[in-house]
Amino acid sequence: MSILVNQQTRVLCQGITGKAGQFHTQQCIAYGTKVVGGVTPGKGGGTIEGVPVFDTVIEAVEKTGADATMIFVPPAFTADAILEAADAGIRTIVAITEGAPVLDMVRVYDIIRRSGSRLIGPNCPGVITPEQCKIGIMPGYIHRRGPIGVISRSGTLTYEAVWQLSGLGMGQSTCVGLGGDPIVGTSFIDLLKLFEEDPGTEGVLMIGEIGGTAEEEAARFIAEHFSKPVAAFIAGRTAPPGKRMGHAGAIISGGKGTAAEKIAALEAAGIVVAESPADMGAAMQRAMKGRESRV
Amino acid sequence: MKIHEYQAKQVLAEAGVAVPRGMVADTPNAVVNAFHELGGEIAVVKAQIHAGGRGKGAIKENPEQHGVELVRTAADARRVASDLLGHTLVTIQTAAEGRTVHRVLVEEGCRIARELYLGIVVDRATAGPVLIASSQGGMDIEKVAAETPELIFREPFHPDLGLQSYQVRKLARRLGLSGPSVRSAEKFMRGLCRVFVERDCSLIEINPLVVTADGDLLALDAKMTFDDNALFRHSELGGLRDLAEEEPAEIRAAEEGLSYVKLDGNIGCLVNGAGLAMSTMDIIKLHGGEPANFLDVGGGANVHQVTEAFRILLDDRNVRAVLVNIFGGIMRCTTIAEAILAAHQSVGLDLPLVVRLEGTEVEQGREILRSSGVDIMTASDLTDAAKRVVAAAV
Repeated sequence: MSILVNQQTRVLCQGITGKAGQFHTQQCIAYGTKVVGGVTPGKGGGTIEGVPVFDTVIEAVEKTGADATMIFVPPAFTADAILEAADAGIRTIVAITEGAPVLDMVRVYDIIRRSGSRLIGPNCPGVITPEQCKIGIMPGYIHRRGPIGVISRSGTLTYEAVWQLSGLGMGQSTCVGLGGDPIVGTSFIDLLKLFEEDPGTEGVLMIGEIGGTAEEEAARFIAEHFSKPVAAFIAGRTAPPGKRMGHAGAIISGGKGTAAEKIAALEAAGIVVAESPADMGAAMQRAMKGRESRV
Repeated sequence: MKIHEYQAKQVLAEAGVAVPRGMVADTPNAVVNAFHELGGEIAVVKAQIHAGGRGKGAIKENPEQHGVELVRTAADARRVASDLLGHTLVTIQTAAEGRTVHRVLVEEGCRIARELYLGIVVDRATAGPVLIASSQGGMDIEKVAAETPELIFREPFHPDLGLQSYQVRKLARRLGLSGPSVRSAEKFMRGLCRVFVERDCSLIEINPLVVTADGDLLALDAKMTFDDNALFRHSELGGLRDLAEEEPAEIRAAEEGLSYVKLDGNIGCLVNGAGLAMSTMDIIKLHGGEPANFLDVGGGANVHQVTEAFRILLDDRNVRAVLVNIFGGIMRCTTIAEAILAAHQSVGLDLPLVVRLEGTEVEQGREILRSSGVDIMTASDLTDAAKRVVAAAV
């Protein structure tokens, strides 16, 4: 089973005529995703990678019945693209773009949270339900279908974790990249609620990093409302304070958002925290075993 | 993007937010002229660097001289200017080697009745900007947060609605402001919030926010940083950047579209993806090594970018071994393998190099390295990679 996306999901690509949009549309199709249309304003008509291109999302939805979208639109237009998708009734909006202004995302989130749409990202690798649907830029081949839900603020570090899980025989139900920006559309808690209700998910691996307090809030939620085993890894133990470490959201400021604080909060909630990034899969194994021995 | 105090005050003044009268100067003569322009009786001379703690900080070459000094004569103004300009200021917020002072701000004195604190950041928890205020100004706000958090007040506001008048009245009461100060607070606080939004700031800090003897609010200090992601829509701010305050390697990396942060260790890292790059630093440390840098070469890096990344890494004289850790998603392992070989050719790689590849086209990438004849240690997993590079750096 899965959350958010499955083999029925019908996907658009906004920004399909750009280099990244086109490349990843092809990659997603090759994985088996039902990419049903693309949107680039002014470039409607014709096809790319066998997929019809439209001028507007609303027309694309009318003609294709799309219910999800992946956004590869430049940062200056990302907010507009997200709002257009929400306005057209797209339920799952995956914004890949890195570099959107923070205040744009403040305004977008304010609208999205009151709409029927779910926003993943921006600045994220996307969402994948292995063997069913890939919306994003992750390498499909490393994933296996299975019982572990993965939630991560990172891109390639997520692939590392998935690689380890697959190698240990722990397939994934759905993997979600939250995005590396300070304001993102979906939180750890939002997804934990979905994973709690998903019969196909038996455990969750969380991958966090310095900056903000999302992991601490998730730890509190897990202690009170989450019944399945959880393992975690936090990147940035060695990051110096005050410096932006790549991701706009990965910055320790005012003493808050350190890896140490996050790890302490997660451990206090009974979560198995991997000490090394090489042990994320092993930590998940320990968490699953821990559950068995308690039963 | 960071800017100097004098620039932040210019931005505030343009927006009608009250700041003391002042002039920036970069020679002792200019400082004396400024002193006279401000009335010739009293002024404050403040070193301009991208770091706080200047008042308590001291000049390396002359530790009696602090970064901020009150002067009452032209001769004193000249003396302080000569002691600051061109010299190195070390503060609690600079590294041990300090920063060269290229400019000073000469500002009129004011009669301080009280010192408050105001700050604006984008709060992730409320997903929007928040005005933070405290009656404890002129101190380390983190200390206040730790010791007397009940003296810190937060007013979230919508970027386009701005701070509302009722919020100003609420804060005024909490901060013990009354009479004309409340009117001044209305103008100051709402103006500050408007600047934050209009200029796409990531931080504004007014510490101290002074209440003068007349009851007016005045920004005695001002710190302002801008959202790097929004600079593309602020051509008016580009000219405020001070490259002299930035790490040259970090500037160069940004020009190439790379993310680089210099650290103190001796193991250079080249990684794709910020989370993986941070984790690579972490695992090096875990196995007893010291990372020399954070470097995210990004998802779409080409041979040129990766070669430039190598150059920047190898320019750091401390680096004794290099770890390349690539998990290819968009980035293909063939590209990184070609780049390693290209870099080896053009830069002259004579340091131990450990390469760990995984992901898209990994077998082809490994084969390219294997058949090149170049001396490279290939690692299969992260732990192996970390242990090898730590051993090689000793």
